[in-house]
Amino acid sequence: MRILNLFKVAYRSLNRNKLRSFLTMLGIIIGVASVIAMLAIGEGSNQNIKASIASLGTNTIMIYPGANFQGGVRAGASSIQTIKLEDAEAIATRCDLVSHVSPVDQKRVQAIYGSENWGTSCLGVKNDYFTIRSLTIEKGSGFTTSDDRAAAKVCVVGITVVLNLFGDENADPVGQIIRINSIPVKIIGVLSKMGQNTFGQDQDDIIIAPFSTVQKRMMSSTTYVNSILASGISEDQINDAVDEISSLLREKHKLAPSDDNDFTVRTQSDISNIFGTISKVMTILLASIASISLLVGGIGIMNIMLVSVTERTREIGIRMAIGAKGRDVLIQFMIESIVISFVGGLIGIALGITVSELVAKFGGWPVVITLSSVLLSFLFSAVVGLFFGWYPARKAAALNPIDALRYE
Amino acid sequence: MADSENLITVKDLTKTYRTGDIEVHALSAVTLNINKGEFVAIMGASGSGKSTFMNILGCLDSPTSGEYLMEGMDILSRDKNKLAELRNNKFGFIFQSFNILPRTSAQENVELPLLYNNKVKANERKEKAFNALKSVGLADRVNSMPNQLSGGQQQRVAIARALVNDPMVIMADEPTGNLDSRTSYEIMEIFQKLNDKGITIVMVTHEPDIAQFAKSNIVFKDGKIIANNPVKERKNATEELKKIAALTAEKATT
Ligand SMILES: Nc1ncnc2c1ncn2[C@@H]1O[C@H](COP(=O)(O)OP(=O)(O)O)[C@@H](O)[C@H]1O
Ligand SMILES: [Mg+2]
Repeated sequence: MRILNLFKVAYRSLNRNKLRSFLTMLGIIIGVASVIAMLAIGEGSNQNIKASIASLGTNTIMIYPGANFQGGVRAGASSIQTIKLEDAEAIATRCDLVSHVSPVDQKRVQAIYGSENWGTSCLGVKNDYFTIRSLTIEKGSGFTTSDDRAAAKVCVVGITVVLNLFGDENADPVGQIIRINSIPVKIIGVLSKMGQNTFGQDQDDIIIAPFSTVQKRMMSSTTYVNSILASGISEDQINDAVDEISSLLREKHKLAPSDDNDFTVRTQSDISNIFGTISKVMTILLASIASISLLVGGIGIMNIMLVSVTERTREIGIRMAIGAKGRDVLIQFMIESIVISFVGGLIGIALGITVSELVAKFGGWPVVITLSSVLLSFLFSAVVGLFFGWYPARKAAALNPIDALRYE
Repeated sequence: MADSENLITVKDLTKTYRTGDIEVHALSAVTLNINKGEFVAIMGASGSGKSTFMNILGCLDSPTSGEYLMEGMDILSRDKNKLAELRNNKFGFIFQSFNILPRTSAQENVELPLLYNNKVKANERKEKAFNALKSVGLADRVNSMPNQLSGGQQQRVAIARALVNDPMVIMADEPTGNLDSRTSYEIMEIFQKLNDKGITIVMVTHEPDIAQFAKSNIVFKDGKIIANNPVKERKNATEELKKIAALTAEKATT
């Protein structure tokens, strides 16, 4: 009965001070919404990075020349040449834990068809490359081992290359001859669309040709290769496969036990760890921005509450003069604060989710709303709202009624 | 009315304010009896301790030392919650500055004490508040907001609020201090009617003509009572108002 009366009192008070109630709520709404949206964006890109790294295949092993990996960053290693084609062949024949191997040569090239001209990247790979990266052919066919042996002037192209040379993604270029760095090459297939990778690179902007075609006709060296891509026979034994490859290459490169490797073997999980760290940093960054907005929201709540303390202290004085107990005043203020925090929090959650969805829809940015971000921001705002509602009220309720009435 | 029925007894009441090194003796050893049905006007110069005394009587403030009995019960030993109950159902307060809640209708202002009174049921509240407003002549202004009411009307809302829990005593601190004389007389008319019904009234005022409506006058000086006399020629507010009406009518014709 008494508590019901206090609900009535609190409701009337909120209703009477609509602007103050709204401004207090606004702090909570902004705090909650921005935390939810920021963390959703952070978590979204986090998971996106993980997914696109996983899509490369967790079983993949990369072998680069040079050993200058420092904290996951390779320092200017592209000019070093230590890996030979025969290394790839040796891995294929002698490493039991490796199932597929392909040497990879990569070169920036100019592709020409008729009057169209397009700068793109040309990869020279063995057939295994398609298996390792799970690439599929959309139209036409891939090249064969005999194409590779004969250094045949054939290639498969990505959809972006088709678009730029033939003017339409849906054009059928199979059978057409294009010129790659002036060499006439026949398109025998089109790759299935892959879209952008994590870093916004267009993975369809590519030409893939047999390894020997690229090496003999486009590269300066026929001995060394850019890198080797391999896959293990199973994910569980991937680290053993790495050891196997390393000892084989050390042997082939005739390295003394005291020498460092002149190559680097990386697995997919090494790489996802690196990017995991990067995206963790990003999440922390977003989270700190978000906590600043929570703080700002909290300060907003605090300001409104403190500014209204004078008015509210008099009100408390009036209430006490006509018979309100300290407890009644506190309960009333708590109810008011709970209602404001709750309603503000709910609106904030709705707004945060809406903003996240809009970012996903119009920004093309992946978002993932986590329960923890919703709970965290809601709790924080609720605590701030409650505290700044309760604290001045507690102080006022402890005063003599006459001092509260005279408060200035 | 027999003066045997003692309502309030205070003995050696002192109140000392300390600001830094300076001590202000707002009350020094005040002793007084107030009987049931009294209408006391407390007079004296500004700063003489009238408000301090009244606030202590009304349990809004506590004395530095002294005794305070109400109907024989010791008031000063009671805890805050008991005092709040006392303020709620035994006292009604009226202040110079009205002290009604802003942006709150007359009706809701008057309902307020009822919301803190467990004995009043929800369905009785509206009617009780309306009756209180009717008794001060505001039956037609129940939904008005304070900013839509004149000073006199706001003070009547405050009186209705003080009456709504059927108090034994009304404590009024300069109730007419912000009002013109005609409106002041109207308030005194209400007070006299309430007093006729048996409600004890303690009123602070520094206006001698307002004090003439009370039954007795107490004079404060420097925190002490220097005089306590019955009013010899007590004025009747209803008649005073008639005189004023006659005067204004006369002026209007000339
Ligand atoms: N809260 C206070 N702090 C310090 N001094 C006060 C306080 N309230 C009143 N006083 C002092 O006590 C004395 C009596 O004040 P008050 O009872 O308000 O007088 P009155 O109502 O007769 O004008 C005055 O000197 C005043 O300055
Ligand atoms: Mg005073």
